[in-house]
Amino acid sequence: MKNKSLVSINDFTKEEQLRVLEVAREFEANPVQTTLQDHVIASLFFEPSTRTRLSFESAISRLGGKIVGFSEASNTSVKKGESLRDTILTIASYSDLIVMRNPVEGSARFAAEISPVPIINAGDGSNQHPTQTLLDLYSIIKTQDTLDNLHVAFVGDLKYGRTVHSLVIALCNFNTTFHLVSPVELKLPSSVKMHIKEKNLTYHQYTDMEEVIPQADILYMTRIQKERFSDPLEYERIKNSYILEKEMLHTTKDNFRILHPMPRVNEININVDSDPRAYYFQQALNGVYVRQALLALILGYR
Amino acid sequence: MSEKIKELKVSAIENGTVIDHIPASALFQVIKMLKLDVFDQMVLFGTNLESKKFGSKGIIKVSNKFFKPEELNKIALVAPQASIIEIRDFQVLKKTLVEIPDTISSIVKCFNPNCITNIETLNTRFTVVDKESIRLKCHYCEKITVKNTLQFV
Repeated sequence: MKNKSLVSINDFTKEEQLRVLEVAREFEANPVQTTLQDHVIASLFFEPSTRTRLSFESAISRLGGKIVGFSEASNTSVKKGESLRDTILTIASYSDLIVMRNPVEGSARFAAEISPVPIINAGDGSNQHPTQTLLDLYSIIKTQDTLDNLHVAFVGDLKYGRTVHSLVIALCNFNTTFHLVSPVELKLPSSVKMHIKEKNLTYHQYTDMEEVIPQADILYMTRIQKERFSDPLEYERIKNSYILEKEMLHTTKDNFRILHPMPRVNEININVDSDPRAYYFQQALNGVYVRQALLALILGYR
Repeated sequence: MSEKIKELKVSAIENGTVIDHIPASALFQVIKMLKLDVFDQMVLFGTNLESKKFGSKGIIKVSNKFFKPEELNKIALVAPQASIIEIRDFQVLKKTLVEIPDTISSIVKCFNPNCITNIETLNTRFTVVDKESIRLKCHYCEKITVKNTLQFV
């Protein structure tokens, strides 16, 4: 993985993905290290982000690296009309690796093609967010002790949620059975289902969340946004049926865990937070270990 | 109308390439794709010609030019049934059909307005994921451009 950019989850083979998770475990056991003490990492966030940016910066800091960059494009030469090409070529000469979030789709692939230093895509519009997928996989393997043969339920906006698409595609390597719960308008796109079919895996579609809870090992919750509906009345009608309440968790498997890519609005009632099966805050912390692992591997320290 | 009389509508060439069975509506697009609008040899063309197979068609005859298959295959996006005829000394040397290539560079625009290829100056690149219905996956934004959203650079 040395010097390899990570733009899309499929840029890493299954073996490489598993290697990232293995190294993430090392960093979880021993998070503060000096691995990156001689390195400068550029953190270029062309649009605001809380979790992703701070967890990258936390990962870099815990490895002793220095950070240059910006958290929004408004005070930079981008605002003056500088091209992404020029921005990347310039900043690549100031740093050993670039972490970039950019609202333009495909910007990370382009950056990786022109940059002399590796790029980690921290989200390019609605396209890819591979470090989220890796931290989701890490959260699953940690709570289940395996990635193989699991029943994973996805709930909410399965049509537009890029984290859902990437995780479904990644899980297709692990003989997963998919339970897809969404309003009819927000079903998983056929382009993503195609990956499930190609591997001859099973998926079931539901509109009711409660039926899947007893079968699931993982419940992956997402937010449903009002603006996704062509008919606002339809949104009003269904909005409360995709909210997870503590009472719904009376029959679950012992290993059942709830994940959410965050931020949450109201789709998981806060009365679930104290339940030991709620794993979403730990999941956010796992992002730091996974990003430490990626930085170390790409810069050639593992 | 017989084939012979129709041929007369666009004169024969001594040496070169005939591109036949182009949909009449795509003729000028094909001329542009093959850069025949800036070609320095004789180019003859006709459009809205009667065709037994297709109803109406366009035809182009390019003197003293023999194309590589990859140059010609890109026209399959707009003229999927085009036939390519190589002419030497007024005789047909070879007749082939165009084929949609596996990848397409620089000629098609990505339909996604938020794709980097529509914002920064760079060449577009697509993988053809479905040749039958024409579905092109953008190398950059990974979105699918379909036939009815196809636009040319």
